[in-house]
Amino acid sequence: MTVSLSIDASALPTLPLRRQRHLAGRAMLLLAGAVAFGALLPLGFILWIAIDTGWQTAFALIWRPRVGELLVNTLLLELCTLPPTILLAVALAWLTERSDLPGAKTFAWLTVAPLAVPAFVQSYAWVSLFPGFHGLPAAALISVLAYLPFLYLPVAAQMRRLDPALEHAAASLGHSPQRVVLQVVLPQLRLAICGGSLLVGLHLLAEYGLFALIRFDTFTTAIIDQFQSSYNGPAANMLAGVLVLSCLGLIVLEWLLRGTARYARLGSGAPRPAPRHRLGAWRLPSLALPLGFAMLSLGVPVLTLSRWLLAAGGAAWRQPALAQAVTETLGYAALGALAAAAAALPMAWLSVRSPGRASRVLEGCHSYLGALPGVVVALALVTVTVRIALPLYQTTATVILAYVLMFLPRALVGLRAGIAQVPVELERAAAALGRSPAGSLLAVTLPLAAPGVAAAMALVAMGVSTELTATLLLAPNGTRTLATEFWALTGELDYAKAAPYAVLMIFLSLPMTALLHAQTRKSLGA
Amino acid sequence: MTQLVVSDVSKRYGATVALDHVSLSVEAGSRVAVVGPSGSGKTTLLRIIAGFEAPDAGRVTLDGQVLADGPAIAPAHRRRVGYVAQDGALFPHLDVAGNLGFGLPRNAPDRADRLRELMEMVELDPAMLTRRPDELSGGQQQRVALARALARKPALMLLDEPFSALDTGLRETVRQAVGRVLSRAGITSILVTHDQAEALSFADQLAVMRDGRLVQSGRPDELYWRPHDSRTALFLGEGTLIEAEIGDGFVASPLGRLPAPTSGRRGCGTVLLRPEQIVLGPPRSEGPNAIVQSVSFGGSRCFAQLRLAAGETELLLTAQVESIRLPAVGAAVSVEIRGDAWLLPEADRHGGS
Repeated sequence: MTVSLSIDASALPTLPLRRQRHLAGRAMLLLAGAVAFGALLPLGFILWIAIDTGWQTAFALIWRPRVGELLVNTLLLELCTLPPTILLAVALAWLTERSDLPGAKTFAWLTVAPLAVPAFVQSYAWVSLFPGFHGLPAAALISVLAYLPFLYLPVAAQMRRLDPALEHAAASLGHSPQRVVLQVVLPQLRLAICGGSLLVGLHLLAEYGLFALIRFDTFTTAIIDQFQSSYNGPAANMLAGVLVLSCLGLIVLEWLLRGTARYARLGSGAPRPAPRHRLGAWRLPSLALPLGFAMLSLGVPVLTLSRWLLAAGGAAWRQPALAQAVTETLGYAALGALAAAAAALPMAWLSVRSPGRASRVLEGCHSYLGALPGVVVALALVTVTVRIALPLYQTTATVILAYVLMFLPRALVGLRAGIAQVPVELERAAAALGRSPAGSLLAVTLPLAAPGVAAAMALVAMGVSTELTATLLLAPNGTRTLATEFWALTGELDYAKAAPYAVLMIFLSLPMTALLHAQTRKSLGA
Repeated sequence: MTQLVVSDVSKRYGATVALDHVSLSVEAGSRVAVVGPSGSGKTTLLRIIAGFEAPDAGRVTLDGQVLADGPAIAPAHRRRVGYVAQDGALFPHLDVAGNLGFGLPRNAPDRADRLRELMEMVELDPAMLTRRPDELSGGQQQRVALARALARKPALMLLDEPFSALDTGLRETVRQAVGRVLSRAGITSILVTHDQAEALSFADQLAVMRDGRLVQSGRPDELYWRPHDSRTALFLGEGTLIEAEIGDGFVASPLGRLPAPTSGRRGCGTVLLRPEQIVLGPPRSEGPNAIVQSVSFGGSRCFAQLRLAAGETELLLTAQVESIRLPAVGAAVSVEIRGDAWLLPEADRHGGS
C-alpha cells in the first residue's frame, strides 16, 4: 500500500501557484477594468475635444452671447425649480410620513407616481392643453411636477428613519414645536435634500424632450439643435463641454453643502417608530397640498391623454407603426438590460467580495456615468464611431452601448445589492467542490442573486424604454421606438396619434415606480 | 508516510497576528483536531489549507504537491481538499441531489447510483434526495454537506466547527456518525473546534492553538495527561495545579509525597492532578484530610471542591465524585491520589514557551 501511495504522490500534477491580492478575483479585476476603460470613453471624449479644439477656437466658440444666454437660462431654471421642489417635497414628506393626514399611504404613492410619466410626456400634456404655455415659468412648473419624486423619495425615507427621541429631547429642553422642526428635524434631512437636489439638478441639465416641447433653450436642447442642423461640429462639442462643466459644478456644490457632520444615530438599539403628529383643525385643509400636487402632476396628463384618445377613437390604437414601436422598444429594452447587467456584473462582484482601493477606483469609473447627460454619451459615441469605426455608426450595437453607458450605475447598484445577499461561504463551498471562480459565480452566486439581478435589469429596461435623447442621435435610420415615434408625432403636432405611445410608455414605467417606492420602504425595514 | 505538511506558516491581518510560524504534519488516514479558544487562529489555518486565504509566509504541501508557498497559492478549486463549513453551506437553490452532485461530472453514467451511495454513506434515507436544504434538520444538513464534500473523493477533509450549530444531544450523534464515515472512507481529516471534549473524542492527533501559535500537538491522552503548560492543562479539562518540591521520582506536596516523573529536576515545580485522580474516603487519622466546600452536580460528571488545610497554606482541590454517592457539603473526607502527578515542564514557570 505504501508503495502505491508513493507512486500516487509522484504522479500528482504541479499546481499553478499565483500571488493574488484579491483571491480568485484576478479575472474579475480584468473584466471590471475593461468595462471601466469603456466607461471612461465619454470622459476621454470631453478631454479630447478640449485638447483638439485648441484654446483659441474653444474660447471663440464658448465666448458667445448664445452660450451666455444658455448659461443664464440654465441658472434661472435651476434657481426657479430647486427651491420650490425642496419645499414641496419636505412638506409632502412630512404630511405623508409624520402627520395623521387622512389616506397618508395613498398620497405617498400618488406623490411617487409622477415618476411613471416620462418628463417629455408631462410636458406634452401641458403644452397640448395650454398651447401658449412657454418659457421659464412653464419649464419650472413642469420640472417641479416631473422631478419632485426624486427629492420626495429620499426625504420621506429619512423622515421615517428619524429618531423621535431627538425631538423629544429638544422639546424637553424647552424648544417650541416650530423650533424643533427648524433646529432638529431639518438639519437631519440635509443629506437627503442635498442628494435629491443633485439628482433633480442633473436631470434639469440633461433633459431634452421636456424643454424642447415648450421651447425653452438649455444646453442639451441647443446641442441637439446644433447637431441636427450642422451635424457633428465643434460647436456642439464645445456646448457639451460646458454642459459637463455645469454638471461638475453641481456635484461640487452639493459636496460643499453636504458638509461632513455626522447624522447617524448615536447610541445603541433600534429607534422607536416615530409617532405621527396630530394636525387637528388642519387635518382636512392639509389635504389641499398632496391633492393639488397629484392633480397637477397626474391629473393633467390623464386628462390630456384621455381627451386625445377619445378624440382619435380606436384609430389611434390601430396605427401599424405602434405595434412596430412596441416590438422595437421591448427588443432594445431587453438587449440593453442584458448588456448593462453583464457589464456591471464584474464590478458588482468585486465591490461586494473584495472591497479595497482598486475596486473603489474602478467603481468610481463606473458610477460617474450617472451624472453624465445622455446627450454627452451620445455625442461621444457619434464622434468615436465616425472617426474610428465608421461601420458601427448608427447601428443597433452603438445604441445598446449608449444604453449600457447611461444605465451602468443603475445596474451596478441593483446587482451589488443582489450579490451582497449571497453568503461568501457558498462560493467557498463551490470552490472546494472544484468549481472555478467563474463557474461558481454562474452556478451559485447568480441564481441566488436572481431577485436583485432581475430588479436591476427591470430598472434598466424601463429606463431604456422611455429614453429619447441618445436614441434620437444614435439609432439607425428607420428605428421606431415608443419614445422616438412619440417625438416625431408631437413634432408634427399630431397630438392625438401620439397619445397611445405616451400611454404605453407610462404603463412600461409603472413597474419601475412601484419597484423604487417598495425598495426605499424595504431598505428601511418598514 | 506523511500526507499534509504545514511548515512555518504565518499570517497577519493588519496589526493582528493570526498565525505565528505554525508547523503541523498530518499522517495519511489520521484524524486531527485543532483546538483552541476563539481568535486563536485555528480557522485561519484551516482556510489557508483550503485555499480561501493566502499565508504571508510558509509552505503547505499535500502529498508533495505544493498548495501554498508564501503568498503564492494554488487555486482552491484545483486542490484535492474537501471542506465542511460551520453551517453546512448547502446551496439553498438546489435540492439535496443537486447539492450532492455539485462536484460530480454532470453526465456521469453512474451519477444516480453514486448519489444513493453517498446518502447511504452518511446514513441518510435516499428518498431525501428530492428535498430542499430548508426542509432538513440541522444534523441532516451537516450530513449532506459531508456527503457533498466526500463525493469528490478528496485526499483531505477539513471540518470547520461543523457541530457547533447543533443541539447538544444531536451534536454527539452527528459527531460519531461523521467519525464513522470518515474512518470508513479512510480520508485524512482535520477538525477545527473550540470544544475540548469534542476534540478529545474525535481525534487521534490533537493540536492545541493559542494566540496564533501551535502550543502542543500529539495523542489526545498524551496532551491530557502530559500538557506542556498550565493553560493547555486547564483548557483540556478540569484540574488542580499544586506547587511542590521536586524529589527524585516524586514530588513533596501538601498532599504528601506523590510519585511523578521528575527526570532529574530539582527545586520547586508545578504539578497537575486531574479530578479523576483524587479519590475521597472516610476521614482518617493519618494522611491528608479535607473539607468538602461545594459540590457541582453535572449528571454523569460531578465534581467536588475540597479545601485542604496544610500548615499555613490552604489548598483547593477539584475531585471527581460519583453522582450516586455525592459527599455532603462541609463533610470531612480523606484524600487519596491515584497514579502519577504530572510535573509541568520548567519553561512554563518563567512564562516563556
